[in-house]
Amino acid sequence: MALSTSSAITLNVNGEKRTLPVDHRTTLLDALREHLDLTGTKKGCDQGQCGACTVLLDGRRAVACLQLAVAAEGRAITTIEGVADGERLHPVQQAFLDLDGYQCGYCTPGQICSAIAVIEEHAAGWPSAATTDVRPEAGVPPLTADEIRERMSGNLCRCGAYVSIVQAVAQAAEAEQAPFSGPVDRVDTANTEVGA
Amino acid sequence: MKEFGYRRVSDVSGAVALLGAEPDARFLGGGTNLVDLMKAGVERPGLLIDVRELPLDRIEATDDGGLRIGATVTNSDLAADPEVRRRYPALAQAVLAGASGQLRNMATVGGNLLQRTRCGYFTDLTKPCNKRVPGSGCPAIKGEHRNHAILGASEHCAAVHPSDMGVALAAFDAVVSYETAHGPGELPLTEFYLPVGDTPHLETALPPGALITGITLPPAPVAALSRYRKVRERASYAFAIGSLAAALDVQDGVIREVRLAFGAVASRPWRAREAERVLAGGPASAEAFAAAADAELAAARVLPHNGFKVTLMRNLVVATLTELTEEAAR
Repeated sequence: MALSTSSAITLNVNGEKRTLPVDHRTTLLDALREHLDLTGTKKGCDQGQCGACTVLLDGRRAVACLQLAVAAEGRAITTIEGVADGERLHPVQQAFLDLDGYQCGYCTPGQICSAIAVIEEHAAGWPSAATTDVRPEAGVPPLTADEIRERMSGNLCRCGAYVSIVQAVAQAAEAEQAPFSGPVDRVDTANTEVGA
Repeated sequence: MKEFGYRRVSDVSGAVALLGAEPDARFLGGGTNLVDLMKAGVERPGLLIDVRELPLDRIEATDDGGLRIGATVTNSDLAADPEVRRRYPALAQAVLAGASGQLRNMATVGGNLLQRTRCGYFTDLTKPCNKRVPGSGCPAIKGEHRNHAILGASEHCAAVHPSDMGVALAAFDAVVSYETAHGPGELPLTEFYLPVGDTPHLETALPPGALITGITLPPAPVAALSRYRKVRERASYAFAIGSLAAALDVQDGVIREVRLAFGAVASRPWRAREAERVLAGGPASAEAFAAAADAELAAARVLPHNGFKVTLMRNLVVATLTELTEEAAR
């Protein structure tokens, strides 16, 4: 059987359908940066170890460097370019600005996408390796600094801005208590002007 | 990376048939290990069969009080599941101790079992490796082997299996289900991985062309009081240098049932049956815990730089069982 090694695929990125031809070897990270000119998602290690390429797939954080583009067809992809609500920054972006949650900024798009998901995972009641008692009866642990450090451990910062990053995630988590439609909702409504 | 075809399948029989027609095909789940190995040139499939949309993404209670976990359930969903957390807390803890939030969202249960060792020689194409190129030699035996096996290894390979999840599954008598072109089959997890011997490239007892469809956890009341402890060289997001899944049922100071499995010490999750045998029916004391660990570790064969793992595992057994004993008394 002669197998085609490339495909024309349609990716749903930040609420827009983008059709592109890809060699099957293309990762989602390279498709975003090299084919779709979405260079906010950064390439660090390209081995799934640093988190710089973190994006949201169907609302869940994932590393784009180990995700084949062809296998991402049909899934809702949210990159750092798609998390703000027009000119209004996402609360996590605002918190990183307010608290200097970065130095050089290279890891920041991945940190922010990851933190958005961390706050949602915590709100959904997911335990972490820092959670002493994982049994559901124990309830959701508060998002302490230890919990944030554990949950954000897949995002490395070579500048070592971790102290401010932890504070920014904590502040954003508090801000999320206020009424706010999350990033996934806004992707869904981006083309219908509902909730703008 | 070698060029490859890509097919997405929606039913199990179609996936198995496709693999049968393309001998150099591989199943693609989350891709967190396979794609990485393809980039390194270790894996060179001609076709990827994407199984992520197979209807194997559910966790269901079985009639006898156990759980059945589909092969495409993600690590994240497994660790967040209320019944897993309630009935087998050490399994949730083990999954949460592995990788990062991003990788756990992508990785699947079936893929976790089939992930390859992180031995540096295995992923370095410039070096010999009996697992990658049978008969080429094992540089780890006289080279870098600080995190290599102390149990069940051979002169041909001392690589360790990196899974945290598998260690808890071994302790809880999990059974792996698979499908082949000739029908379904099952393997207990403790028989899923083959002995190393002189064939370290043959890793599992899965028949050729098989697709893992799920894992069944039999009912295990003892698992309600269980713990996974992982020792690593940084606080988070690192592979184990030693880990332990333990479950304990103790009443009036006497051990009614105990389950122990070691991680990062062998080519497979290591069920510590000798330690369990020594402990069963005896006192729940630090001395007994140490004696049980010593009985299990008597079979250890260490290399020049990994002998510390014997002490590490002994301490892990004593500390964890002591904690569980105290918790049982509360």
